[in-house]
Amino acid sequence: MTIRLQIIATLWIAALISAAAAAVPPRNSNSAAAPPAVSKVQDADTMRLDGEKRFRANCGRCHAAPHKFPPRMMATIVRHMRVRATITDEDMRFVLYYMTQ
Amino acid sequence: MQKFLSYRSTPAPVSSWRCVLFLGVLLFPALLFAQTYAADNPVPILTGNAGFFTNVQAGKTEIVSEINPVVLVPFGDRWLIEARGEFEGDFQRKDEGDGPYGGQVAKELDYLQADYIANPYVTVTVGRFLTPFGIYNERLYPIWIRDLQSTPLIFPIATGSSNGVMFRGGFPLNAKVNFNYATYFSVSSTNDTLDSDRTAGGRAGLFFPGPRIEVGASWQKLLQEERTNAFGFHFAWQPTPLPLNLRSEYARSDLGSGYWIEAAYRLSQVPAWNKFMRRTEVVGRVQQLFAGHIDEDDAEEYGLPDVNTQEADFGLNYYLRDGLKATASYGRQFSSDGNFNLWNVGIAYRFALPLGRMGSQ
Repeated sequence: MTIRLQIIATLWIAALISAAAAAVPPRNSNSAAAPPAVSKVQDADTMRLDGEKRFRANCGRCHAAPHKFPPRMMATIVRHMRVRATITDEDMRFVLYYMTQ
Repeated sequence: MQKFLSYRSTPAPVSSWRCVLFLGVLLFPALLFAQTYAADNPVPILTGNAGFFTNVQAGKTEIVSEINPVVLVPFGDRWLIEARGEFEGDFQRKDEGDGPYGGQVAKELDYLQADYIANPYVTVTVGRFLTPFGIYNERLYPIWIRDLQSTPLIFPIATGSSNGVMFRGGFPLNAKVNFNYATYFSVSSTNDTLDSDRTAGGRAGLFFPGPRIEVGASWQKLLQEERTNAFGFHFAWQPTPLPLNLRSEYARSDLGSGYWIEAAYRLSQVPAWNKFMRRTEVVGRVQQLFAGHIDEDDAEEYGLPDVNTQEADFGLNYYLRDGLKATASYGRQFSSDGNFNLWNVGIAYRFALPLGRMGSQ
């Protein structure tokens, strides 16, 4: 029982720390739909092509290409897939840009 | 259900309200603080898949209908609450094949988790989550994704769901290689809905975006009773010039070991009947399982063969439209218990609906 309590306490503290961290606004509070920072040096077509390439490399590993959902839905789906498929932050942003164009 | 069983032993019983309270305790701070920075961009979604299949195994017909709803609720820029349920009805003829079809509907909570994207390198997950062992359980399991509807023989090894905390993420090591990982600790629960073992483990992988190759390894330590280890390897390759998807997994544990190799080829490069061919996919899979230290009763409980088994499957998928595919496959299983055919035909559908106003676009 003591061990179980220790485990629960540890997880509780971890959850608190993670939650507390959420209360700190990110330095770059980019919304999920915001274009990547590299957009300043890349035109829209290049970003779209790069996004498509990353989409095929990452998403195509598991499933056929879905049609494009509305941007607000796409932002949620991409966040879900970022966690599920451990996609990199940069890939996620390019894929989201491509899927919302 | 057997496919969600991994190691089962006899840990101390935990009542259902304690499990729910435990998850609530873990998830409460996430929900509380997540509201602080609720952004208006992502919208909650109800998604998931539904399917209807007819399986014939060794001459016995089984009708399977299932629906797997997934709820995704984002908060702010960094939080996501996600859950997936599984409702599956398996119906067979009663009275030794002469009676009407009958059976039960199995209900499962596959995951109910809060994800906090702490930074580009770490995402913290608490709650009930899919055990990250290999690639099939987390990424290929949904019926609209899997190329063959039957799960691999080794699938029950070290997979299923876990209750606890997980750290995971993916980031580029350099321009040519991405690294991804997941590590977790799970507590034991014998509650029917929140069934899990006391385990710790992890998975690490390298993804090469250029050649589209992924390799990785998984490990799991059972922290109760036998305290056994399980480990596995996975490999996936999508050659750029071909619409081909190659995947493979190997897993080894005290209960057994084995591998599967699967290839799925989209016929989009066939010059004739292109409109039809580009929607068609042929699939082949070979697999082998070497039975471990497992008796007949445990084998049935875990969903693992208790004798050495080999299987070959060939399938055909036709994508009617986005998210809707018709599927058919034939397989043959070989073992000392007897050889038999496996037939499957059915349809799988993926749906996605917003649970909030979409606003102007």
